[in-house]
Amino acid sequence: MLITIKYFGQIAEVTRREEESLEFSGSLISELIEQLYKKYTALKNKDFKVAQNQELVTLETVVSGNDIAILPPFAGG
Amino acid sequence: MNRYNRHIILSEIGQEGQDKISKAKVLVIGAGGLGCPVLQYLTAAGIGTLGIVDFDVVELSNLQRQVLFGTSSLGENKAEAAKKRLEDLNDAISIVAYPEKLTHKNAIDLFNQYDIIVDGTDNFATRYLVNDASILTDKPLVFGAIYKFEGQISVFNYNNGPSYRCLFPTPPAKGAVPNCSEIGVLGVLPGIIGSMQANEVLKIILGLGNTLSGELLCYNALNNKTVTLKISKSAKEIETILSKKDSFDTNQVEELCEIDENLISIKEVADQTNIQIIDVREIHETPKIESLEVTSIPLSELEQSIHKIDSEKQKVIFCQSGIRSKKAISLLKSLEVTNCYSIVEGALEIQSYLKEQYKTIS
Repeated sequence: MLITIKYFGQIAEVTRREEESLEFSGSLISELIEQLYKKYTALKNKDFKVAQNQELVTLETVVSGNDIAILPPFAGG
Repeated sequence: MNRYNRHIILSEIGQEGQDKISKAKVLVIGAGGLGCPVLQYLTAAGIGTLGIVDFDVVELSNLQRQVLFGTSSLGENKAEAAKKRLEDLNDAISIVAYPEKLTHKNAIDLFNQYDIIVDGTDNFATRYLVNDASILTDKPLVFGAIYKFEGQISVFNYNNGPSYRCLFPTPPAKGAVPNCSEIGVLGVLPGIIGSMQANEVLKIILGLGNTLSGELLCYNALNNKTVTLKISKSAKEIETILSKKDSFDTNQVEELCEIDENLISIKEVADQTNIQIIDVREIHETPKIESLEVTSIPLSELEQSIHKIDSEKQKVIFCQSGIRSKKAISLLKSLEVTNCYSIVEGALEIQSYLKEQYKTIS
């Protein structure tokens, strides 16, 4: 299925874009992340959480929505 | 005319709401980019007791965004300088300055004296400390954090909601996520995010509207987009913190210092033999260090270029500021490359140190 992924903060710097659509044929969030690791090797060194349809999910969650967000922690204040 | 007239004439607040504000006690950790607007609005709103924790001093580079301070505050402790300015804004409230570092030793006693905690800190070690101490003292925590042009806001540990650890269970490796002093920040951004934190504080006190409990609001100043993501509570994460209650003031030190033993100063490097010096900056970055034998492997290529690393030697890594070199250390560690050290100084400092050395020799 075609899914839209939003990238935030340092993650958007690695992917060099804030949003993209890509074709995904697997089932779990972890498989989607593996797919992203292949596309963006430097992502492996980053801490982040994944949200699906505006809700934070775990790696074991089944990809059911087409709206994914990849969210890093921010330190600054 | 009453100072709080514009609050009181709002039917949603009234005298009753204003009385709640006057009785509230709020502790703000960090009087920096986020802390300044939080403090200004909460002072103006008439919060009864406002505590300010900050060990740092006001520097010239703070004034671009920390609009509470002026040039007359330079060199002064931030908590004390803030108190002075805020007392002029509103002399009818009580403002307490704590010109000290928040630690595992003082956090619990301090938090117990207040109703609501505001996180305006600039590093993960303190953010996790603030989160854990809020859980242990059962205080709502109004969270804000920024990165260049983006901000995150939430309310943690409120109405049985999630905590920061339910979102990000453990701190990233030291140096993995840069802060404002390392990477820069748009001056107005903490003003926006801090003002939203002050808004959350007032809603908690007044019981008005919906807070960001259970949600993380992400704001991007460049495209004005906001995204609100739902966070679930992880009973396991909260339970883990609660189980550490009795040892809280003693057991955290190691966790935060773990990676520091891999840090080395250029002054120590100069005396070493059998070392491989690695520059993990991108090829185009300057200054180049020419007086030492340097292997150039950009961090982005480190994993693929592992064959360039000499397993027989001690690896000493540097970059522009000391952040990427630390990142390289953790990466190499995960690839089971041992004997790696990160130079704390950046390339510029390294170069000027080496120049100084050569001058003394010749």
